[in-house]
This record gives sequence, structure tokens and C-alpha cells, in this order.
Amino acid sequence: MVYQFFLPLALAIFGLGLIYKIYFWFSKGLVRTSRNFTTWERVQAAFQGIFKTIFSLQAGALAKALVLDVLFQRRTFKEDLLRWAMHMSIYWGFMVLLLMHALGSLVMAPLFPPYYSTVNPFFFLRDLSGLLVLAGMSLAVYRRFIQKVPRLKTHFMDYYALAILMLILGSGILMEGIKITSYSEFLQMARDFGTIDSKWEGNQELQALETLWVRQYGLVSPNVKGPVDPQVLARGREIHEMSCLECHSATSWAFLGYPTAKLLSPIALFLDRTGLPAILWVVHVLSCLVGLAYLPFSKMGHILFTPLSLLMNAVMDRERSHPANIATRQMIELDACTHCGTCSTRCSVGAVYETWGNENILPSEKLHSLKALVRGKALEPVQLRSLLEGVYCCTSCDRCTVVCPSGINLRELWVDLKEDLVQRGIPERLILSPYSFVRGLNQALHPRKEYDAPIQMVRQAVALPFEEGKKGGIPLDLSHQAPALPVFLPDARNFANCFVCQNCTNICPVVAAFENPEEALGLLPHQIMTSLGLGLLDPARGNRMIWDCLTCYQCQEHCPQGVMVTDLLYELKNLAAGNQRGSAGLTGQGGLRS
Amino acid sequence: MKFALFIGCNIPARVGQYLTSARAVLDRLGVELADFRSFGCCGYPLRSLDQQGYLLSSARNLAIAENAGLDILALCKCCFGSLKKAAQVLKESPSLKEEINRFLGREGLEYQSRVQVKHILSVLYHDVGLEALQGKIIKPYKGLKVAPQVGCHALRPSRVTQFDDPLHPVIFDALVRATGAESLAWDSRLDCCGAPLLGVNDEVSLQRTRDKIKKSREAGADYLCTACPFCHLQFETAQKRPLSSEGSEKPVAPLLYTQLLGLSLGIEEERLWSREDSVDSRGIRSYIREDEKHA
Repeated sequence: MVYQFFLPLALAIFGLGLIYKIYFWFSKGLVRTSRNFTTWERVQAAFQGIFKTIFSLQAGALAKALVLDVLFQRRTFKEDLLRWAMHMSIYWGFMVLLLMHALGSLVMAPLFPPYYSTVNPFFFLRDLSGLLVLAGMSLAVYRRFIQKVPRLKTHFMDYYALAILMLILGSGILMEGIKITSYSEFLQMARDFGTIDSKWEGNQELQALETLWVRQYGLVSPNVKGPVDPQVLARGREIHEMSCLECHSATSWAFLGYPTAKLLSPIALFLDRTGLPAILWVVHVLSCLVGLAYLPFSKMGHILFTPLSLLMNAVMDRERSHPANIATRQMIELDACTHCGTCSTRCSVGAVYETWGNENILPSEKLHSLKALVRGKALEPVQLRSLLEGVYCCTSCDRCTVVCPSGINLRELWVDLKEDLVQRGIPERLILSPYSFVRGLNQALHPRKEYDAPIQMVRQAVALPFEEGKKGGIPLDLSHQAPALPVFLPDARNFANCFVCQNCTNICPVVAAFENPEEALGLLPHQIMTSLGLGLLDPARGNRMIWDCLTCYQCQEHCPQGVMVTDLLYELKNLAAGNQRGSAGLTGQGGLRS
Repeated sequence: MKFALFIGCNIPARVGQYLTSARAVLDRLGVELADFRSFGCCGYPLRSLDQQGYLLSSARNLAIAENAGLDILALCKCCFGSLKKAAQVLKESPSLKEEINRFLGREGLEYQSRVQVKHILSVLYHDVGLEALQGKIIKPYKGLKVAPQVGCHALRPSRVTQFDDPLHPVIFDALVRATGAESLAWDSRLDCCGAPLLGVNDEVSLQRTRDKIKKSREAGADYLCTACPFCHLQFETAQKRPLSSEGSEKPVAPLLYTQLLGLSLGIEEERLWSREDSVDSRGIRSYIREDEKHA
């Protein structure tokens, strides 16, 4: 009844979920990769791509990825042996349970007729697979909750995935145990399959069989007590061999269910009377059906989507693939993420997360935000800024992509996300740092205007808070004490030693790059030092020169007074940037502690 | 002789040939390397904006190497300079060190200022030694003129980096000469390659790069020799694009020192050029002395 009603319902939700996902893949995208294509064009490109791949030499690459990356999970193997053992146990254990147990009548019956799940090796295999899943899940729980892995985050989805598996497994094993002990189950089976004649009540044949099952197979019966006549037992065995043996191996082969039965035997009669076996069956089936219905929307969807990502990335790349297919692949990749956290634990700039506390620095969390962004969720300005900050301090080192067990090309996602966000007019100060190096290397890939606009906008934004202070009008404090500059690095405080010889400015390659440097740069290095000496902080940190410094240290090396010119320019950039971060409402520390 | 190899962020993603050639060369010269997966960014790009974040990033790496009892060998000059600066700051400021160690403590790390940071050129010159290196060269070059790019962040600030004489550096030249190639005393060898401003002010950045390329060409250089991924990528990028002023000129390809040395040590080309050059540098093989080619 439960089954007949809920199975079609679960299948329908599952199917609709898949359709929604596929629609999402082809209709959404990062602006940079998807803007030139309609959904229909992307669908066409996908069909062409699939056709071309299957009927080409690349089919070999696909097959190789299927075996090594999907079935053997090579990428996890390379990353961490323990986690590989964990996932392989869950994966293979679950696959066997799914094919042999859940879909037994569909898969196994045609393959091994006549198929009985209660006969060895299937009977034993079922518990073995269950044990594998249990062992893998124990490792997963250990990793998530006991072993404190730095920067590994756990979300609702991770709890859900563990919980639904636990529920399926737990209810299954418990049901198996209770059914072994169940007297009503025994009577039912004896009635259905027994070769015992005539009346049941007080039937000696039945009692003999019952006695045997109580003694040897874990049954708990209200009738069998005290010492047993060996003759009865022998007769029981005869009946057992005639009626049960063909389709039922000894219950002790169910090495998870049998100990459970033994454990429950003191209260087994009570449990049997409450009808628990039937309730557990409902729980077990319903949890499977909930898992199935919710699968496309949950982390468990990775069972389907991650192999897709692995296969696609085995044969696709930016140079050869149709750009529309790249846009679609990126959306599939968002669903292929299992939130395992490998990227975040290995991220090169993980230490920056430790100081700023911006979770969007961590790839696994960034992907989460990106998903919300492409889904069209209206993000608050501060969320967008935090996402841009998180993605801009990516050094494009490629490590997350190399280690991702799902084969997601994370580096490209970040490059495209970065571009999407800088085009939204968010003045991200990181644009003015060497974090822009890779964007600069790939300048040719951007339309000139789009490339320049964010840089110019940020340059204005960082100077803006100091415009008032630059105008002057504040009386100068010309006391002999050097004014306190809130520097971070303690040795960068000696600007007062400057006697304005202009060595720093004369040797500066940036100053030399302009015919009229003061017009292009504002204050030149020696003027900045003088300005600091006079306690005029805003003119120093509000001018272009500090952001155009090459940090080649020529000035500092050549200062006859030992002024830390370059280090001071770093301090000024920090002062200006920290100010900007604060006004953006970003939490965590930025720049100076003061 | 064993070091913790620090490869940084650019090399694995964009200059893979530096990694394979450096490994091959160091292996040939008996330098052992340990890899640490836990190494992260040196913090260099963050320094402009958040020095605390920079220090923490650097210190984390220093602590990891220290924990393993190894000194660091850096391939990138910007990594080298950043790590050196951080090591110096933390040594001189106990309060900053305490603060940084508080953060490191979350990962069970602590930095005690017991680590040395070296650039690969220093290791080759000082630790392997010029003589030992020369003794292993089996295919010396003849008539090859190379313009070494010394690299700002290794050379300066000299008080911190202690890499070479900041006004008359000798290490890179000596290492180039050891291979039989001529090391040019060219006009712009101590200048910046322009990389720190790429993406921030491309005009200034690429003007620096083009100026250097032009000067190296005028000095008669066949190749620009680099030992830093930033310099290397900068020279490649500037010459990959159509350059209005010198579009017709023959490029001066950047060549990694480990490639130059590797070939003369007799190491297979596949390991030295594991990644395709944007501006081809494989032509150096034609400079190997004729009598040695068939040896």
C-alpha cells in the first residue's frame, strides 16, 4: 500500500527534479561564458558535442575516465588514501545494496534465476555491503565531526546526506534483526512455504520446526522453553531441509542482523506484538523513497552529477570545446560539487581566510555562493562584495582544480566569476594588487573597455575618502616630534630621516615612465616622505603614486638616510585599503589593527 | 643537502617547465627536495592591502618548513623576497610574532624563527658551489649571449634579502658563465620587469618590460635569462602580443636558468621544456659546442 502509493510519487518528484536541473544547466550561466548563447543554442551545441565525442578517438578518453575516475575514484585515491577507502566503501557498498537488494527483482532476478535474496551468497553479500557502507560512514562522521580539519565547513546538506544514509541503513539492519526474532513472521512463513499438513494449532510438526529455529536461527517464541528433546530437534531439521533450506540460508550469515536479533531477543516478543517489523519496513522503504525523491536537489545528487563532471572534464577544454558547452558544463559542475572540502583545505590562500574570516575565500563556500548567484537570487551588496573579495584573492594557482575529486574546473569558474563581479561596478581594492596579475596576462581575452573600467573605478574609489584631507586648510603641526603614523611593520617609521635629496624619485622607474610625472602620479616618492614628515597623512595615502609603485625597492635601496621608502608605500596602501574595506561593511580584519 | 621546495602559485599553474627543470637540475646536482602539500601562498600579492594577512601567509609556510627541520628553497623571487621579509619582521618583532603565532596555533603550528629561506640561484652558487656545478657540465655552450634578469625582489632590499651585492650582483652572471654562455652586462639588468603592476597599470608595467627587452636586444642578447615566474611570464606576455613599436623585431625569448643549466648538464629536453613556450626558447641547443654535441 505504502509502496504502491509512494513509489510513483517519489519517482515523479525525482523525474521533475532532474528536468529542473537540466533546465537549470542549459538556461543559467556566468555572464562571461553564457551571454552569447540562448538556451536552445546551448542544447544544440550539447548534442553536437556529445555526438562528436562518442564517435571519435575521445571515446577512449571517456571510457578511461569512467573506469579510473568514476568507478575507481582515482582523484580521491591520489589525494587521501583514508578518504578514498571511506568513499569507496560507501560507494560500492551502496551500489551493491541498490542493485542487489533494492532493485533485486529488476536486476538480479533476470541475471541469476531463480533469485532469492535470502540465499547465499546474496544473503551474506547484503550484510557485507551494509557493513561497508557503515564503515565508510563512520569514517565520514569521524572526519567531519571529530577530526578537526582546518577550513572544512559542514552545511545542512552534509548533515542531511549522512542522516538519510544512516536512516536507510539503520532501519534496514534493525528490521533484519527483528524479523529474525519475530514469531509472527515465522508463523507467516511457515504457513506460506511450509510442507506441513492439516491443522496448525498444536501441530507437532510446526513445533519441531519452531524449536529448531529458536535453537539455531535466532527465533524468539513464546512456546519453546526449557530443555529440548533431541528427537524433536531432529524432526525440526528434517522439516527445515524440506521447507526452508532451498530459499533460506542460516540467519547467522546475516552477520549484522543476527547479532542485532540476539541483542533484541529479551524484548523480542514484546516488539513483535507491537507490530514493529511492519513499522520498520515502512520507515525503511519511506526513507529510501525520500532519498530518491529529494536526490536531485540534495548533495546525494552527486551520484549522478559528479560522474557527468568527471566525464566532461576528461574530454573538454576551453581551446577545443564549443564555448556554449563550456557555459553548460560550468552549471553542471555546480551540481557536481559534493562539498567534500578538499579545495578549501588545500587552498593556497586559506591563511587569508583565517585573518579575514570571509568564507567566500574558500573555494567550496565560494561555489555555494556562486550557485545562489546564477540561480538569480538577489544578493545583498555586502554579499556581492564579500564574494568578489573572496574570488579576487584567488591566485589562480590551479590547486583546487587539480585536487577536486569531482573533476570540477574550479580555476575557470573563479576567473569567470571574478570577471562577472568586477563588471558590476564593485570597487574591490584587491584589483590594485598583484592579484590582478593573471587578469593582466589574459588581457587580450577581454574587450578593452571592459578590461579597463573596473581598474579605473577602483583607483578613484580608493582615493575618494582622502579628497577632503588633500585640499589642505588644516593648520600644520610643525613641532619637532615626528607625528605617529600607525604603521604595521615596526621598522617602517623612519620617514623623518628624509632630507629631501630626491634620490628616491630620481631612481624610480615609474616616475621615469612619465613625461610629466606629477600630473600622472600626484605626489612623487620624496614628496610623500615629506608629506608624512609634516603629518599630512591624507595627501600621502590619497594619491595615485602609491598604487603605481612597482615595489622594485630601488628607492629604499638608494636612500642615503635609510628611509624605508617602499615599505612606507606599502603601509600607505594598507591604510587606504583598510579604510575602504571598513566602509564596505566587510567583517573581519583588513589591514591595520588600529 | 635537503630543502623544502617552495613552488608558489604561478609556477604550478603557468610555468610548469620551471618546476620540472628545477627538479631535474637539483636532482642531478645532488640536492634533495621535500614537497609539502600544506604550503600555501607566500602572501606577496596581499602585502599591498593587508600586511597582517601577508605575514600570516608567509609565516605559515615558514612554520611548516621549520616543523620539518628544513630550510626553504624558493623558485620564485617574489616568494623568496616575501618569505625573507616576513622572516626578518618576525625575528625583530616579538609582539608581531606572538600575534601571528596565535593564528598559526589554530592549525597546531608555531614559528620560532629557526628557518632559512634561499632562492634556487643562491643554493646553486653557495650550497652546491660554482666549482662542483662546473664539474658536472658536459655540454657547454659556445657563442651564446644571455642577458640575465637579476630580479628585484631577490636583490632588494638587500638588508633583508641578503641575496647578492645590490649594486654589483655577481651570482647570476657567474652561474650563466659556468655553462659556457656569455653573461651580458646589459644596461637594464637591475631594473624591474614590470610584473607587479600588470593588471593594475598595464601601460607602466609593459613599458618597463618592452624597454628591458629592447635594451637586451641592443646589448646583443640571444635570450633573456630568468629565474622567477613573474619575470618570465612578463617577458613572454609582452612579446606574445603585437607590439606596435617593435612588432617586426625578432623576439628575445625568455629562458629559465634551470633550462639553460639543465641542457648543459645533459638533461633530456622533455624534462626541461615540459610546457610549451609562448616564445620559443628551444633554439639554445644549437649553441652547444659542436665537438660536444656528438660526445
